[in-house]
Amino acid sequence: MLVKLLSGDLPRSKLLTAILVAILICLAFAPFLFPGIRSVDTAARICIFILLVASYDLVLGYTGIVSFAHTMFFGIGAYGVALACSHMERGFGALIVGTLSGAVVAALAAFLIGLFSLRVRAIFFAMITLAVASAVAVLVSQLSGLTGGEDGLNYKIPRELTPAFKFGGELLGVKLNGKLLNYYVVFFGALMLFLLLLRIVNSPFGRVLQAIRENDFRAEAVGYRVIAYRTGAACISAAIAALAGSLYAIWLRYVGPDTVLSFEIMVDILLMVVIGGMGTMYGAVIGATLFVVAQNYLQELMQVASGAVESVPLLPDLLSPDRWLMWLGILFILSVYFFPTGIVGRLRQDD
Amino acid sequence: MSDPMLRLEGVYTDIAQYHILQGVDLDVPRGGVTMLLGRNGVGKTTTLRTIMGHWRARAGKVMLDGQDITALPVPAIARTGVGFVPENMGIFSDLTVEENMVLAAVSGPIDQARLDWIFEAFPPLKTFWKNHAGNLSGGQKQMLSIARAMVEERRLYLIDEPTKGLAPAIISTMARALRDLKAQGASILLVEQNFSVAKALGDTCAVMDDGRVIWSGAMAELAGDAALQERLMGLSMEAHQ
Repeated sequence: MLVKLLSGDLPRSKLLTAILVAILICLAFAPFLFPGIRSVDTAARICIFILLVASYDLVLGYTGIVSFAHTMFFGIGAYGVALACSHMERGFGALIVGTLSGAVVAALAAFLIGLFSLRVRAIFFAMITLAVASAVAVLVSQLSGLTGGEDGLNYKIPRELTPAFKFGGELLGVKLNGKLLNYYVVFFGALMLFLLLLRIVNSPFGRVLQAIRENDFRAEAVGYRVIAYRTGAACISAAIAALAGSLYAIWLRYVGPDTVLSFEIMVDILLMVVIGGMGTMYGAVIGATLFVVAQNYLQELMQVASGAVESVPLLPDLLSPDRWLMWLGILFILSVYFFPTGIVGRLRQDD
Repeated sequence: MSDPMLRLEGVYTDIAQYHILQGVDLDVPRGGVTMLLGRNGVGKTTTLRTIMGHWRARAGKVMLDGQDITALPVPAIARTGVGFVPENMGIFSDLTVEENMVLAAVSGPIDQARLDWIFEAFPPLKTFWKNHAGNLSGGQKQMLSIARAMVEERRLYLIDEPTKGLAPAIISTMARALRDLKAQGASILLVEQNFSVAKALGDTCAVMDDGRVIWSGAMAELAGDAALQERLMGLSMEAHQ
């Protein structure tokens, strides 16, 4: 049953399995294990980024296409929900319409970009995605009438998903309210889509993608239309990135260019997939979890560390929380240096 | 004589500014092995690649079983029934042996009887069925490369130097497998430098020089005439053994 759920693609390392199970348990019970707005928010972000990074792994790791438009697809999904919720009657109908139309628009955009660029050479896809993504980001900030410009959009999601909705008292000290339901929408949404991605990469379609990544000439000579498969992968990946964006919009109840379209997110996604391990899917889980936790808690950790070494000269300065970005950078350099095949690749080697 | 399985008519192929093929005329008869011989660099591999569509012919025609395939995309050529074993094997090393074989069977699930036959010809493929192809030895990779072409019945097999750089024991395994394939009535165009393999397998033979076929005829005729070999290829093929 479990093997079937994972599409036969097991972690293939005891330590990796243990880490994945721990992450799954932490995320599944996050509101109860780590009560508090900030920690639950971090958990929700981890779920969303796991999905976003996994969908990026489908194109980068499995198909070998470098795309810089993944944030754009993420943003399209988020703005889909935001616009539907702003213009339609409050309710689940708006969420569904926004989510589906976001996914369709993203897939369509990927199809068009793929049609023009994948035919030539994969590198053009990277360049065109970069150009299109920048153009869309600018467009979204300029079209303030529709998108709220730089300020973004605030909107109402169904009451059942907001803290104002209560359904019972407390369970294990946690208030049973709409925010809790919202978290589980995000959690199960991300989990199901992640399992779907695992299924896709382990299907015959996924095997052809891997063959194309390794040797596209050979894949063609065996009888597979490389462009069609690459475009297909780009569309699926874009649609799932958009769905991740929709989950993010449902969770935040706000979208803005900085939160869903900025190039910084694109760089983060790249780092997460590389640190976790490309072409493994599970790498997305490890990479996204590590990265989001570091982003949110490294500063605190450094605060504690710098307090602990107060009496030592120089060290408190180095460990000052203001320097957290530098340490984050150092961590990345070290992890890429020591785990060139990503953490998952390394763990599988050891086993 | 019936129509050939493959016919090349005045095929010219350029790679960048180099005119590699300069009017290749070649027939591969239906059923049997046609050897494509010649010194290094005369265009043998380019001929196979042009048939497969990897390189486009600037002029001339490639006809498979009477159908013009000159301008077809590579995957379409593969799906009309051309199995290609390239010189560098081109196996997918990130995938398992099984996955490599399943991918190669483009028209449906692998026929069990055919698979048993392949396992009999290449026992290591059965042993390492679930292993990553990247972990196979050089000889085993070559077996997989040929097995991928053999996994389905093709109208034509294009095989480029299958014994290059292999140990003698593996060469005889390859030769045996190709003989089996031939016995089933397959049409094969084979580039091979190993003369004993060429002599044992070849029915007909075409010798290339400077981007053209300069001689074609029965393999036995060429094999029995050292002076002809000397004239066509500048050296006796016996020296190639």
